[in-house]
Amino acid sequence: MKQRLLIVEPSEVIIEGLKGILDGQIRFKVLEPEMSADNLEERLLATRPDIVLVNPTLVSNISRLRGEHALALVALVYQYVERDVLKNYDGVVDIRDSRAVIIETLAQASPAAEERSKNNYELTKRETAVLVQLAQGKTNKEVADALNVSVHTVISHRKNITHKTGIKSVAGLTVYAMLNNLIDESSLL
Amino acid sequence: MKDFKSRLFSSESRLSDLITAHPSLLTLLTRLGISLGFGDRSIADVCEASGVDTSFFLLICNVYTFNNYVPSTATILGTDMTGLVPYLEKSHKYYVEKRLPHIERHLDSIAQKLSGRIGKVFISFYNEYKHEVEAHFLHEENDVFPHIRALMAGECDVTYSISDFLQSHSDIEGKLNDLLNIVFKYLPPQVDDDNVLDVVYDILRLSEDLKKHTFIEEKIMVPMVKHLENAILK
Repeated sequence: MKQRLLIVEPSEVIIEGLKGILDGQIRFKVLEPEMSADNLEERLLATRPDIVLVNPTLVSNISRLRGEHALALVALVYQYVERDVLKNYDGVVDIRDSRAVIIETLAQASPAAEERSKNNYELTKRETAVLVQLAQGKTNKEVADALNVSVHTVISHRKNITHKTGIKSVAGLTVYAMLNNLIDESSLL
Repeated sequence: MKDFKSRLFSSESRLSDLITAHPSLLTLLTRLGISLGFGDRSIADVCEASGVDTSFFLLICNVYTFNNYVPSTATILGTDMTGLVPYLEKSHKYYVEKRLPHIERHLDSIAQKLSGRIGKVFISFYNEYKHEVEAHFLHEENDVFPHIRALMAGECDVTYSISDFLQSHSDIEGKLNDLLNIVFKYLPPQVDDDNVLDVVYDILRLSEDLKKHTFIEEKIMVPMVKHLENAILK
């Protein structure tokens, strides 16, 4: 099934650029974009998107959007946005990202919505892969390179892993991975 | 804030009533310099007999009891804070010498039931945490507290500024929370015994205590020191 994607962004140039990248994709159905966040809540109720790609400077209270709907929120950035703001999103698309990275980020963010609605606390295959790499002592950047995804995606997986397990530190995640036989004991050395 | 004022403790209450209502405050008494055996005396009487400033005592008890209570600057500046640094030092000692060894003993017995390597990784996770906490406390005892003592003695000590403190004040509860999750959610069933329950309670208690400790340092100690620094530099 196609993921329904809503773009919330004031610049027509950027909207058209994104549509150009995403229109041909079989994974996404791009809904009629919204140029401001004024009627966003009504729009979400009416169109029920799976993913909202939104310029964070437009929305002041993102948790309110999330509260009502099972959707993935992806930040669309082209200027400096505070890290504290971005951590509330399921992914970050930088307009300087390549076509492939943008598509990957959106695809990675969307299962988050499915999981939230199912209340599923099992780690996904992708999350397990990220966990194993982290437990081996790799940095976010190294994990991203090894799995061929962006650093933002790794960070959003880490957020989901922590949300599910309640464990934040890499050292703690390593103990978790060992207790669940996810890593070979020898791979730690 | 209004509703707080009516609920906060007053110096005329019996100390025993305060403890009956909030038994967790019992662990604070020694750290604040008050011994048990205070009978039915009021908070003010017990404090006076023990040489503890009553308003300082109440301030700490109120912070420990009411989660949303943030004392105003006026309250902080109007309180005799001589006892603050000794209290924080005694708390450090209490965590390192009393609480952590308790937890460590339980974790050691748990680790023995885990297979070799996993037991080792489990214990080394805890040890890493313990060293972080000790380093965190040591930094405060060696750099921050002497600075405060100097300021309180009216000396101008410009080698350290309290604004450095907030920037470097590291989180000492995060890993404890990780440990809690590992212990009660992910340990294999064969270690399901009294040790697990005991250590879960110990960790929860320590974690709550550390949260308040951090709060006292960041919301009471820092504003107080900033005020002292400003007063002396002028």
